[in-house]
Amino acid sequence: MFEELLSSPFYQRTLATAAFIGFTNGFFSGFVVLRRNALSVSALSHTMLPGIALGILVTGVLSQWNAFLGAMFAALIVGLGAVAVSRGKRIAEGTSLAVLYTAAFAAGVAILPKLETRTELEHWLFGDILAVGNTDLWIVFSIGSVILIATNLLMRPLLLTLFEPNVAAAQGVPVRAMQYLVFGMLVLALVSSLQAVGCVLSVGLLVTPAATVSLLTDKTPALFWGGGLIGGFGATIAVLLSSPLGISPGPAIVILLGILFILAYLFSPKYGLLVPKKISKNLL
Amino acid sequence: MKEETGHDCCAHHAHHHELVIEGLSVAYREILALDSVSMATSCGNRVALVGPNGAGKSTLLKAIAGLVPRRSGEILWRGTAVKKWSREFAYLPQREEVDWSFPITVRGLVEMGRYPQTGWWRSFSSDDKRAVDEALESLNLNDLQDRQIRELSGGQQQRAFLARAIAQEAHVLLLDEPFTGLDRNAAILLGDLLEKLAGEGRLIIASHHELGSAPLLFDEVLVLNTRRIAFGPVSTILTSSLIADTFAVPVAESHV
Repeated sequence: MFEELLSSPFYQRTLATAAFIGFTNGFFSGFVVLRRNALSVSALSHTMLPGIALGILVTGVLSQWNAFLGAMFAALIVGLGAVAVSRGKRIAEGTSLAVLYTAAFAAGVAILPKLETRTELEHWLFGDILAVGNTDLWIVFSIGSVILIATNLLMRPLLLTLFEPNVAAAQGVPVRAMQYLVFGMLVLALVSSLQAVGCVLSVGLLVTPAATVSLLTDKTPALFWGGGLIGGFGATIAVLLSSPLGISPGPAIVILLGILFILAYLFSPKYGLLVPKKISKNLL
Repeated sequence: MKEETGHDCCAHHAHHHELVIEGLSVAYREILALDSVSMATSCGNRVALVGPNGAGKSTLLKAIAGLVPRRSGEILWRGTAVKKWSREFAYLPQREEVDWSFPITVRGLVEMGRYPQTGWWRSFSSDDKRAVDEALESLNLNDLQDRQIRELSGGQQQRAFLARAIAQEAHVLLLDEPFTGLDRNAAILLGDLLEKLAGEGRLIIASHHELGSAPLLFDEVLVLNTRRIAFGPVSTILTSSLIADTFAVPVAESHV
C-alpha cells in the first residue's frame, strides 16, 4: 500500500514540495537565527491570516493567488512598517511590530464574520501539503529559487549587516536595503510554506532548522547549508512517516524538526546539556 | 568601497604617512559631540585619546572610521582626503558593542577583514587565505581559530579583532577602550602587541580612560573634552595641572 502511495503523482508532488520548502526555509532560517527575531517571525506569520481574509473580502473568492497576494500584502505592510517606524530609534522594532501586528490581526478578526468561506480559512492556519497542486509547486519553486539565489549572491553584505551594521555601512553596504531585503524574503518564505504547513506552523520551518544547527557548530555558513539539509530531509522524512503513523503531514514536519532540535540540545557534542563538558585549557 | 592604493607598509618608506584631522565636528541631532577638533600624527605612533566621559573619544574614533557622519572638517590620510571610509582604517569596537553570541568562529571573523578586498562576490583566493593565516599567526590565534568568539578571554577577543584589522591590511587601527576589562596580564600582553604593531609602521589611535598607564602604553596623547584641550607627546602633555583642569570641567551633557 505504501509503494502504491509512493508511485502516485500526487504523493510525489507532496514529497517534492516538502523537500523544497524544507530546504529553502531551512536555509533562510539561518538569517532568522542570526537576526534573533524568531518572535517577530511568529508575529508576521499571524499577520498573514488577516491578509488572506482581506484578499477574499476584496476579490470575493478564495483562490491561491489572492490568498497569497493578501498574505504578502499584509505581512509586507506590517513587517516593513515595523522597520520604518523603528527607524526613528524612539520605538524598538519589536515594539512597533507588536503594535502593528495586533492591529492587523484585529482587523482580520473584524473581517472574518463578513466572509462566506470562513471554514476554509482553517486550511490556511495549518496547511494541507497533500493538497498541493501544480500551481502551488510552481509558487514554492519560484519563491525558493529567488530566496536561494538572492541570499547566496548577497551573503557577505548580509552577514556584515547582521554582525556589525555600523561597520557595514561605513564600508558602503546599503544596510537599510539589506534589512528590508531580509524582511521581504522572510515574508516570501512564509508565504511559500503557507500551503504546506499553514501560517501558524510555518514559523517552525523558518526557525527550528538553523536553531538546531547552531547547537552543533559555530561556523556561520553551516547555519545556512546545515539548516537547509535538516529542513529538507526533515520535511521529506516527516511526510513519509506521517501516513503510517496517522498524523497530518504539516504538523508531522514541525514535530520532527522540534524533536531534532531537542536531540541536539541534549546531545550536541559541544553544547549538549547531557554531554560532559571538557574544561578548556586555553580559556584564561 | 574600492580603494586605489595597495598595501605598502609605512616602515619601508623614508617619509612617514600622515594622518591629519582638520576642524572635525560631529553632532548627534543638535548636540555637538566634537567641536572643531584638529590633530596631526603619523605612522608608527600610538595615540591615546583621553578625556572625561562624554568627551567625544568614541565619537572621534567612529568619525575617523566613517561610522558616524561628520558635520564639518576634513580627514587627510597620506595627503588625500578620506571622503567616507578607507580600507586602510580599521575600527575595533568597544567590548559591549559586539554581539559575542553571533555564531562565528575566530577564523570567520578574520575572514570578514578580507571582504573589502574580495568585494561581494569574488571567492577567496590563495592570497586572501594567506593574509588570514598570517594575521592569525601573528596574533598567536592559530590554536583558537575554530573557537566561537564568545569562548575567548577578553585579551583573546581583542586579538581576534586586531587580527581582522591585520587581514584587512589596515594601517590605522582605531581602538575603542581596548584595555577596559582586561586583567593585568592581558593588558600587558596587549600593550606589547600594540607596541609591536606600531613598530611595524601602523598608526594606533585608542581611547583610554586610565591616565596612570597612558605614558607606558602610548607615544602621543590627545586630551579631549568635545574640543581639543591639548595634543602632543605623552610626557609633555600629561602634566598634573592640565589633567586637573580637564577633568574638573563639568561635563554638561553625556551623549555617547
